[in-house]
Amino acid sequence: MAFHDDLRRVRAIAWKDLTTERRSKAGFNSVVALGVTILVLFGFALGPDAQALRDAAAGALWLAVLFAGVLAFNRSYQVELESGALDQLLQYPGPRWVIYVGKLIANSLFVGLMLVIVVAVGIALFQVRIPSAWPALIAVFALGAVGLVVLGTFYAAMASRSRAREVLLPLLLFPMLVPVLLAAISASKALLGGDLMHEAGAWVKLLAAYDLIFMVATLWAFEYVIEV
Amino acid sequence: MTTVAPTLEAPRAGRWTAFGVVSIALLVATQAFAFVSSPPDENMGQLEKILYVHVPAAWVMFVCFAIVLVYSLLFLWKGREEDDLVAAAAAEAGAVFNGLTLILGMIWGKPAWGVWWVWDARLTSTLVLFLVFVGYLALRAFVEDPQRRGQWSAAVGILGALNVPIVWMSVTWWRTLHQMPSSMQSMAKIYWLGMFANFGAMLLVMAYFIRRRYEAAAVARAAEHAAQAAALGGLD
Amino acid sequence: MVIEQSELAIQAQGVARRFGARWVLRGVTLAVEPGEIVGLLGANGSGKTTLLRIFGTLLKPSAGAARIYGHDVVRETDAVRAELAFLAHTPGHYDDLTARENLRFAAEMLGQPAGTNLDAALERVGLGHVINERVRGFSAGMQRRLGLARLLLRHARVLFLDEPYANLDAAGIALMNQVISEAGQAGGAALIVLHELAPAAGMLDRTITIENGRVSATGPAPVPRVRIVPPARAAAQAGGRR
Repeated sequence: MAFHDDLRRVRAIAWKDLTTERRSKAGFNSVVALGVTILVLFGFALGPDAQALRDAAAGALWLAVLFAGVLAFNRSYQVELESGALDQLLQYPGPRWVIYVGKLIANSLFVGLMLVIVVAVGIALFQVRIPSAWPALIAVFALGAVGLVVLGTFYAAMASRSRAREVLLPLLLFPMLVPVLLAAISASKALLGGDLMHEAGAWVKLLAAYDLIFMVATLWAFEYVIEV
Repeated sequence: MTTVAPTLEAPRAGRWTAFGVVSIALLVATQAFAFVSSPPDENMGQLEKILYVHVPAAWVMFVCFAIVLVYSLLFLWKGREEDDLVAAAAAEAGAVFNGLTLILGMIWGKPAWGVWWVWDARLTSTLVLFLVFVGYLALRAFVEDPQRRGQWSAAVGILGALNVPIVWMSVTWWRTLHQMPSSMQSMAKIYWLGMFANFGAMLLVMAYFIRRRYEAAAVARAAEHAAQAAALGGLD
Repeated sequence: MVIEQSELAIQAQGVARRFGARWVLRGVTLAVEPGEIVGLLGANGSGKTTLLRIFGTLLKPSAGAARIYGHDVVRETDAVRAELAFLAHTPGHYDDLTARENLRFAAEMLGQPAGTNLDAALERVGLGHVINERVRGFSAGMQRRLGLARLLLRHARVLFLDEPYANLDAAGIALMNQVISEAGQAGGAALIVLHELAPAAGMLDRTITIENGRVSATGPAPVPRVRIVPPARAAAQAGGRR
């Protein structure tokens, strides 16, 4: 019964965040536009040679998703801070993890949709040939995005409420995400190249383990960062 | 979660000065021992002496981050302000040893590989770790409220420590899937003796560093508590 | 105080709070009994809002203890949150949701059944004509009224109101006073931060003045509280609710 109430709270928070984003489309649109812009800049940096672009595609795609995604996380708390809504949110009864899980769901959809668009554009821009193992590639993108969203949502709870939030979030988040980036880029690269060395599987396992470990850890620790 | 307790006494430094002098003297002695006892390396010559600082510093760095983990957990569990200050002191000491490891690694790398930096698995994961704890210290600098600073940095410290093995694994895979990792050649016993002796001495220096940083932080906090007592005038 | 600790609605013992090096509260001790409506006065920066936020579990005291119906605001946050309703200085609504959506969000977070009649609450606070409009277009007074509707949703025994009359028109002030006196007659307690006493004339039992982070004066309200229901009956109602 109590747990059912908590699930309702999770749904209410996720719905509220997504509705807010949907009604002010400017936020999502600019985040996507930034992701695409970063891809174009990478194109300039890596030169017009088709083979060079293809080789660097996995890395460029993931960095574009990372840089654009990092903007989404502070936004998610911005809506709570704008008119003092966080004060109200914290005064509702019930456990604190419902706030985290609700925001996690909303941010996953937000970042997921952004990722789909940026990756689609990236595939065209970098002249990527879709490999036959494309379902595995989708799994890699999904697992990588989950890792990004879990830590991003967690660290933004602190960074968004501190001085210097613009610099603090990436400073805390990016080093923590090194395993996600290495695994996601390496696995994407391997799969795009046909995975001749059969190395993508190991990376996928690492991604899954990372996601699981940090999901548990952040769920436990969220109470300490939001309620102070 | 408990509130920061308003009882924190300024620690007395006395004995720790002697401790510091002894541990630094011991470190000098173990360095001298390693210098004298170890024959020059076949390939690197006398440059192998760097390893007697580089390797123990790396080990001590891991000890520091383990202390951050333990005291961060303790702080979240018990809410004692002292634990938060110890974790912060250990993070500072850890960052110093971490930086030392990196710089010596680069100095080693120049003659060994001909360049200042290679994306070697050990060196790279040490760098990532350094960035994680730079973030930890930056967060502490940006948050003023002691309770908030304590809880936030404890969370960051715990997650950072949790990430150490994962970062190491991912970076190692990243390297080894492409080429053989650069590792130290199997070493003779005499090298190991010098290594462990220096590690022991450096541990003592680390304890001294942490203690001193803790004292500085605790004195500052005790002064704030004294100001509190004055501000609250006659309360209790 | 003859009364048992746990029977006090609101209690503070030596509550202190600092921000950085500045001590905003320097040891506030006060008590409010069930059924009592108390005005909290003091100059800007005297610590009124900080004290209210400590009672509202939004800030932890640096020293001292605060309790709501005997529940410690630091250790028993859930029990405290179940008792109180807090009207903050900031509206705390989501600008891109409509009035009804904001209220439904609050109801779901409070764990209330899905069928709760939200429109009735909106009608009561005079927002019946803008139920489906987004809060972004609301005036400050309308936002305050929506805050009042959210407050009504909680059926709380303790009200903390931070300058509740700000931005309200005459009808809004009357509505606010109606809500406060209903709560008082049902045996609830209220602590109201006020900058001027005029709008709350006839509402308050007494006032507490905070100066420089300490209670500097406490006394009866200049205009005594007008009780529609005799105190004895109010107390009986309070007993019945528990």
